Amino acid sequence: MPAPFILDRTSVTQVMAWVLAALLPGIAAYVWLFGPGILVTLSLATVTALAAEAAMLKARGYPAKPFLTDLSAIVTAWLLALSLPSLAPWWLIVTGTLFAIVVAKHLYGGLGQNIFNPAMVGYAVLIVSFPVQMTQWAGPLELTSTPLTLAQSASVIFGGDVPKATLDAVTMATPLDALRTGLLQQHTVDEILVQPIFGHYGGTGFEWLAAAFLLGGFVLWALRIISWQVPLAFLAGIWLTAGFLHFFDAGRFGAPWFHLFAPSVMLGAFFIATDPVTGATTPRGKLIFGLGAGFLTIVIRTWGGFPDGVAFAILLMNLCVPLIDQYTQPLVYGEAKAAKAPPA
Amino acid sequence: MSRKLFKFKGGVHPPEHKAESNKRPIHTAPLPPKLVIPLRQHIGNPAKPVVEVGDHVLKGQLIGAADGYISTAVHASSSGTVTAIGPALVPHISGLPDDCITIEVDGRDEWIARTPLDYRAMEPANLRMRLRDMGIAGLGGAVFPSAVKLDPGAAHHCPTLIINGGECEPWITCDDLLMRTRADGILQGVAIMRHLLGSTEVLVGIEDNKPEAIAAMRVAAAKMDFPVEVIAVPAHYPGGGAKQMIEVLTGKQVPSGKLSTDIGIQVFNVGTAYALARAVHHGEPLISRLVTVTGHVLRPQNFEVLFGTPLHWLIALAGERGGTTGVLMGGPMMGLPMPNLDVPVVKATNCILVKSAELFPPLPKALPCIRCTRCADACPAELQPQELFRFAKSGDFGRAQEYHLFDCIECGCCSYVCPSHIPLVDYYRYAKSEIWAREKEKRASDLARDRHEFRLFRLEREKKEKAEKLAAKAQAKRAEMATEPAAEGAASDTDAKKALIAAALARAQAKKAEVAPKNTDNLSPDTQHEIEEIEARRAKIRELARQPLSEDKS
Repeated sequence: MPAPFILDRTSVTQVMAWVLAALLPGIAAYVWLFGPGILVTLSLATVTALAAEAAMLKARGYPAKPFLTDLSAIVTAWLLALSLPSLAPWWLIVTGTLFAIVVAKHLYGGLGQNIFNPAMVGYAVLIVSFPVQMTQWAGPLELTSTPLTLAQSASVIFGGDVPKATLDAVTMATPLDALRTGLLQQHTVDEILVQPIFGHYGGTGFEWLAAAFLLGGFVLWALRIISWQVPLAFLAGIWLTAGFLHFFDAGRFGAPWFHLFAPSVMLGAFFIATDPVTGATTPRGKLIFGLGAGFLTIVIRTWGGFPDGVAFAILLMNLCVPLIDQYTQPLVYGEAKAAKAPPA
Repeated sequence: MSRKLFKFKGGVHPPEHKAESNKRPIHTAPLPPKLVIPLRQHIGNPAKPVVEVGDHVLKGQLIGAADGYISTAVHASSSGTVTAIGPALVPHISGLPDDCITIEVDGRDEWIARTPLDYRAMEPANLRMRLRDMGIAGLGGAVFPSAVKLDPGAAHHCPTLIINGGECEPWITCDDLLMRTRADGILQGVAIMRHLLGSTEVLVGIEDNKPEAIAAMRVAAAKMDFPVEVIAVPAHYPGGGAKQMIEVLTGKQVPSGKLSTDIGIQVFNVGTAYALARAVHHGEPLISRLVTVTGHVLRPQNFEVLFGTPLHWLIALAGERGGTTGVLMGGPMMGLPMPNLDVPVVKATNCILVKSAELFPPLPKALPCIRCTRCADACPAELQPQELFRFAKSGDFGRAQEYHLFDCIECGCCSYVCPSHIPLVDYYRYAKSEIWAREKEKRASDLARDRHEFRLFRLEREKKEKAEKLAAKAQAKRAEMATEPAAEGAASDTDAKKALIAAALARAQAKKAEVAPKNTDNLSPDTQHEIEEIEARRAKIRELARQPLSEDKS
């Protein structure tokens, strides 16, 4: 073996473990605000992801141990689970996870080779194929009279016999859905925002979930697991685009803070757009990638066919990464200063 | 210190491990029974042997003469008899043998006559020649002939002289000990460098993990009759790299593809300055240096070692231990694994690092790159290592060059931080050597093509000349026949026939040349101009391809 003969202590496993750890505040907030159903979704997605990963590694002739213990499959599973409606049926969760791991990750060459973020591919496939089931969101506990227990949630997810009345009592349109529906019915934003689902900045409960993801994101940034460029540019892209539209017509377009404090935005900004494999790598490229994803998110939310646009925005920007990277190559040592001060 | 320091981008901070070897005083390694002295211990042409097998040589005697401008001499490190001149194992990553001179020592350690030089009275060019013949080369690791670097060139002076006492590689302490114990000698060498380069500013950069060395150098600097600024710089690998040291001390970057002298700065290692002082003030050629022997040994320490001493000799002196898993020449970040412990200490040997499984656990298996760009954050050359890795792995060497592969200094920071444990530097070395090999091949094939084309041209020309000659002859013959029609008669009949045939041939050829117009004839001025431009471009490209790709300037 050639030099160097020493290594820093970091490893892929460690990086992924930190990402999972940084998701814990968000998961805790989720349970606190929306009930324990998310734990069922997370567990099911994790088991499915690991099984799919193991099967694909075997099929492709790769050793299972180093790749299963790198924890990347679990990260994908958790990100997908947190993006899905918390009372989505089990087959939806399994289908999405399988698609993410088998098609988006392994058929593109496995760890480090995939062009698209696997969790977002799983999400996109589900929302395109099963739009109705993808609306089964549990409402915030604050607004529901009889919250579901863990067992009841599991029962809903696994298709158990749950009275429709019970289900209707706990599921609710998300704030983004509510805004979208309201706008389609020709209401103004101000009229829509009086609904109880809307809170201080974002949705009731949802805004706190967003804050918890933001907290986890700060941890990742403080540990230098993620760089500041992507999240900041992503949030700036959202804020500027939404702010621009809101400035011109506050009646038809949601406020920038409302758009910013959606959980999907915080999750996207700090955990999904920052996926190193599918994101831009150069400093300027990361800014462009983030800004583009933020801009597209608002465009899709406003004019697209789906209530939220984070997943599609990130997938579209994934597509642009090779181009962005190629045209944003930074200057190397000796190029920058040489240009500024020509030698005497 | 009042001086404003700058930061270079990237870098890492591996565990230093300096304390193991810098606590013990310097010992002079005893004379080994046999010295194997390689003729190639520096960058440039290897030295040419000037002794023969059986010759008796004295300590410091020239045994290999410098061959050309970028070369330097080698000397007998002790007195004895030359027993062999030829290939022997040398400390090189390839593990291939190289030409060496083997000396069986006589134990008397008898010096040649040593005459100090009055450098101030000497013609600078002469002084540089003497230094080349005394074997002075950079002891920081690159072993570039110092005489070349001491030539200020067309500018006639190099305003800033930087003395590099960075020693940023973990485990190595030979420069630290040298500065602590021989600071005066180092500064005498600095005075000579300053004299040759015409420098007005002398800066000594030492990493702040060497407080004793900094103190000793400051005391010595105060005694000099010119200002010397001894500056503590933050310990940050690879802060001892010349380019990094320049940036930290001056804030300037050496422009890509240029030398530091282009921005008025020259950098020398402290060991080189000391060797220079020994050469000038004591008449001693470069035959020994300080070497750190550390790692998995009983008594890690620094030795004054004669070149040609085998590594096992030094490891035995430092106390060999069981469980050794390998030996490196150099530090853990850039060192070379040694194929064999019979290889000799050379001018570039700053450290012998003995590995054990405990100190250097085997590296984990590499995982795929996840493009996390930690390597890019750590790269002091400000490259995009993840892209270079991708290009090197896929054999896309052209793109690798576009992404400045040859600006890589192989410091190892990228591999050190890689969470996937990819041996990135190895891929870059592979890509570089592939590119060099292809360039060489291309140059060879270009040459072959040129020769082939010239041969075709020559054959064509010869054929034409022959035909012209024959035609002329035939003409003459015909003229002759016309003047004396039947005189010669049948005797010349055959000759005339031959001449006629030849004339007909020549005519046919001329006609053929006429009726088959070349597509380069009758061109419009525009097209002609275009063709000329294309030809000029082609010539330029060929010229570029002929030039060497990249020179090592470190």
